Amino acid sequence: MREYLLTLGHAVSDAVWRLGFASRFFVMIIVYSGSALRRLHLTIREIYFSGVLSLLIIMVSGLFVGMVLGLQGYDTLERYGSSEALGVLVALSLVRELGPVVAALLFASRAGSAITAEIGLMKATEQLSAMEMMAVNPVARVVAPRFWAGVVSMPLLAALFSAMGVFGGYLVGVKLIGVDSGSFWGQMQASVDFREDIVNGVIKSFVFGIVISWIAVFEGYDAEPTAEGVSAATTRTVVTSSLMILAADFVLTAFMFRGT
Amino acid sequence: MERHVASAPGEALLKLSNVSFAYAARPVLSDINMEIPRGKVVAIMGSSGCGKTTTLRLIGGQLRPSAGTVRVAGQVVHELADDDLYRLRRRMGMLFQFGALFTDMSVYDNVAFQMREHTDLPEELINDLVLMKLQAVGLRGVHGLMPSELSGGMARRVALARAIALDPLLMMYDEPFAGLDPISMGVVGELIRKLNDALGASSVIVTHDVQESMKIVDYVYFVSAGRIVAEGTPEQIRASTAPYVHQFVWGEIDGVVPFHYPAAAYASDILNQAARHA
Repeated sequence: MREYLLTLGHAVSDAVWRLGFASRFFVMIIVYSGSALRRLHLTIREIYFSGVLSLLIIMVSGLFVGMVLGLQGYDTLERYGSSEALGVLVALSLVRELGPVVAALLFASRAGSAITAEIGLMKATEQLSAMEMMAVNPVARVVAPRFWAGVVSMPLLAALFSAMGVFGGYLVGVKLIGVDSGSFWGQMQASVDFREDIVNGVIKSFVFGIVISWIAVFEGYDAEPTAEGVSAATTRTVVTSSLMILAADFVLTAFMFRGT
Repeated sequence: MERHVASAPGEALLKLSNVSFAYAARPVLSDINMEIPRGKVVAIMGSSGCGKTTTLRLIGGQLRPSAGTVRVAGQVVHELADDDLYRLRRRMGMLFQFGALFTDMSVYDNVAFQMREHTDLPEELINDLVLMKLQAVGLRGVHGLMPSELSGGMARRVALARAIALDPLLMMYDEPFAGLDPISMGVVGELIRKLNDALGASSVIVTHDVQESMKIVDYVYFVSAGRIVAEGTPEQIRASTAPYVHQFVWGEIDGVVPFHYPAAAYASDILNQAARHA
């Protein structure tokens, strides 16, 4: 029993300690962001690596998700004889929920894991120590540009995901099944509100961008500098950020929910 | 960048006084006293895990001593504010055990890294400086390659070119000979001495390679279990009769450092094992 309590106590104090360290690390990133953002080319380079290189997976997934929504949505709406509302259904599901959330999950596994592995390996091969010894702060030079690149890329990728999804829904709904094109686009335009739907979706993906980037750079920086350590950190990045995305999504939706 | 050094001439560039260090409750170094005079190359020797690398990290300010002081150019390293520490580090060069080259940059960009970070020199001048540094280590021809395309010995020499990029006052070498073939070892050893003399720097080499380092150093400290157990010029060390030093210098398998890690009696271990499986 005592053993059990000891293990539990250790686990809790470890978790609290790590959370505290992660928060201090977040503050450090913000503090050193100024010098990183002044040299914009560093951040732009990272936007290429985490944002541009994620384009393919984001766009293809968006297209398929939209196509599935088109099929499933038509099937359901048809029962109530309102299949021309398919455009609204596809657009609202994507812009409000699926776009930000699925794009964030994909981004966490595509770019978040890469950031953690890269920073972890830089630590394991003493590149971060070498940088410190060359009087260059690794948080400013390595961590902050990767963090901001993630924060900037995420909303853009989510927007692209939604756009591709709407196009996928159009392909299936209008081109394949034969829903009227005019009512597909017309109803969508009439029912999707800019402030309520689109801006809220962008806010969500912005928050997810912060969460993923923060977890990814922290796990990399905090990784044990061995092969197993880096692999465990990469796994933790994907698992923790996926859970955090879903939890944050619930909280954000609850705040945005108006009950109308 | 100013090259002025705030300390009297003739004073040691690096001085460790009564330095102790512990990781949590595990003591690593106790009561270390060392002096590195200007212009000299000094080796810290000892078997793996005796606290040699920790000593370098204390000098570079990456760790804080639990007692005692480390002075570089008259400044106590662990009392410096972050900005001052970073300013001091610009005058230190460190060669890491496996080079620690930035793998996402070419050889050229690795060597240019510090110049671009710390100076406003125009790119043409940086180009000349980078090629000069690479020429000094004999690798001007590889400036376009990536670190992954270099052999271990070449990577070590590129890292050396990078470490001397800003003409440091103090060079630190962490196991510069580890994992190199005899030719590369000779080359690296020769470079350490030549660069030290050409830059007018002082160097600390942490190593367990007795033969190679004895050829180039002026003075040796022997560290065992976190304490200095012997010191002297290479001749004095070779002639030493202290049991640990003798065993280390001549590479004897058994002596004061036993071959076996402490364990229960062999017979009892085997019999217990057998009883468990019976």
